[in-house]
Amino acid sequence: MRTAEHKDVLVRVEDLKVHFPILRGLLKRQVGAVRAVDGVSFDLFQGETLGLVGESGCGKSTTGLAMLRLLDPTSGRIVFGGRDVASLDQRELRASRKHMQMVFQDPYSSLNPRMTVGSIIIEPLNVHKIGTPAERRGRVQELMRLVGLNPSFINRYPHEFSGGQRQRIGLARALATNPSLIVADEPISALDVSIQAQVVNLMADLRGQLGLTYLMVSHDLSMVRYISDRVAVMYLGRIVELGRRDPVFDTPRHPYTRALLSAIPTPNPKRERERRRIVLQGDVPNPANPPSGCRFHPRCPLATDVCREADPALRNIGGLPDGPPHLVACHHAENV
Amino acid sequence: MPSLLEVRDLVTRFYSEGAVIHAVNGVSFSLDTGASMAIVGESGSGKSVTVMSLMRLVRFPPGRIEGGEVIFEERDLLRLSEEEMRRIRGNRIAMIFQDPMTSLNPVLSIGLQMTEGLRAHLGLGERAARDRAAEMLSLVGLPRPKERLDDYPHQFSGGQRQRIMIALALSCNPALLIADEPTTALDVTVQAQIVELIQGLREKLGMAVIWISHNLGLVAGVVDKVAVMYGGHIVEQSPVDELYEHPRHPYTLGLLKAIPKMDGRDQGRLFSIDGMPPDLRRPPESCPFAPRCIYAVDRCRQALPPLDELGAGQSVRCWRADEVAALNVAGAMR
Repeated sequence: MRTAEHKDVLVRVEDLKVHFPILRGLLKRQVGAVRAVDGVSFDLFQGETLGLVGESGCGKSTTGLAMLRLLDPTSGRIVFGGRDVASLDQRELRASRKHMQMVFQDPYSSLNPRMTVGSIIIEPLNVHKIGTPAERRGRVQELMRLVGLNPSFINRYPHEFSGGQRQRIGLARALATNPSLIVADEPISALDVSIQAQVVNLMADLRGQLGLTYLMVSHDLSMVRYISDRVAVMYLGRIVELGRRDPVFDTPRHPYTRALLSAIPTPNPKRERERRRIVLQGDVPNPANPPSGCRFHPRCPLATDVCREADPALRNIGGLPDGPPHLVACHHAENV
Repeated sequence: MPSLLEVRDLVTRFYSEGAVIHAVNGVSFSLDTGASMAIVGESGSGKSVTVMSLMRLVRFPPGRIEGGEVIFEERDLLRLSEEEMRRIRGNRIAMIFQDPMTSLNPVLSIGLQMTEGLRAHLGLGERAARDRAAEMLSLVGLPRPKERLDDYPHQFSGGQRQRIMIALALSCNPALLIADEPTTALDVTVQAQIVELIQGLREKLGMAVIWISHNLGLVAGVVDKVAVMYGGHIVEQSPVDELYEHPRHPYTLGLLKAIPKMDGRDQGRLFSIDGMPPDLRRPPESCPFAPRCIYAVDRCRQALPPLDELGAGQSVRCWRADEVAALNVAGAMR
């Protein structure tokens, strides 16, 4: 897909932290915190798709939820339209939600089974008091056509639709208020392969037609490569690599990104049998007690003493002079 | 040498709310000792019901195995008593599932869960069963296996639980392992670990493996042959290299094209298979894929094509397979 040419920042995330307290004992005293997101900063440009990838527990979904204040950040700023979303009060927050919407992973549990499709899609219009009742009904039909659903199904219930169609309903609901930002959390991972491509194509079309900006949270790297302009890789609450899509995928500079990319199976038996995977040892460490220094060092094949001691900062190595930088948090990025 | 497993014309149906669901409609395949194959298809294709049927895990009501034979180690499993079947299940044929949490009992220690099967199937005493369990856990790469036998499932990570499931499945030395999407719930790096683990154990222990998956990419590197299922039928069966290089069935072709290529540059629009999976309540009289097939002609909507043997272990269920193959060779040249 096209690279976003314009450089207008739609959302700026600054040092975002989301910690979940660990409470113990009769008095529920806090004995620690799960640092799900632990100092994440990035810009989201107008009209681009940023893929946010990583394994479960890395904080990618929490980052998406916190951006929309569906979770309250522990600290940090989320600047959207000149205002810090993190410090809005409930009334202001409700108004701002018109402009930023979410598409969820599971189309089976994110739609109320007792509501008709029409009442699901009209709800945001009612909440935000957009248009007259007649206009809202017309808008619902328009939205259904937009996402490829037959408007005559307006009175049907979610269980009458397949997974792919339900995800279309979720998209129509998200688009009802004409948002500029869509955070999509694993929008296709619950769908069959033959249906995934339909939804991905639809999302790409909608982006072009409506000028949307996407934050695409996903663990499916091949789909992220297909749909994103830029990619951010997260590990244990931090962004470890961020850059334009092709450099990140073709010449990854962080050892974790390399391992992650090498683990993706490709539909080519000969190449698969010959391929040397970088198989990481062990599991992702506990985010309540992240390792010292670089958080990836216990699993990193390149780790040295400096990695065990010093936490590497996200630094620019070799982005194009006029383009967005290629940021990497690794002491040894030059040698990867 | 006879095959380890020979499935012939397997038919399984479900009866629900007055409707008949034609889940498996005459499936046949065979697997040699120590070999590996994949059954690939999307949800509702009948891949899981096929293996549940051969394990005799389909319960009536609502499900019933209505025809066919499942010859395993020269006995027809469909004719065995429940008692005889119990001795095969978990012993000669083992199975691992997608979500280890649903197959491990959360209130029993993993040691207890592992030794239970060992004592029942292999007649081991308590001490010997614990030793064997610890040995299996170390085989699947779980650190400090002896100490961890008394831990409960929730004390392990997702990848570790899947390893425990594998240890549990392999502890009785099965001749056949059925892996039903064992890595779907796992992250890619852990997925790679588990796939590599099962591959290694297969070579070490000489067991045959059937992988069930919806992802043609995942199984490419690990199997000898692939059966693609759609609407309760095998629509294409082929040695793995042949299937990926020269897919014969339009559905296989579509599945391969719908996966975004990691090495591809700008690919334009992603290829998608329009329409929806078939309604299995209708009896299969025509090609189940015809409504979604870009090559479909009247004949496809009128009669179910037979599974044509093409030689070299390849077979395809399509009226227009030759033309489709020719068209795609031409397409690849462009």
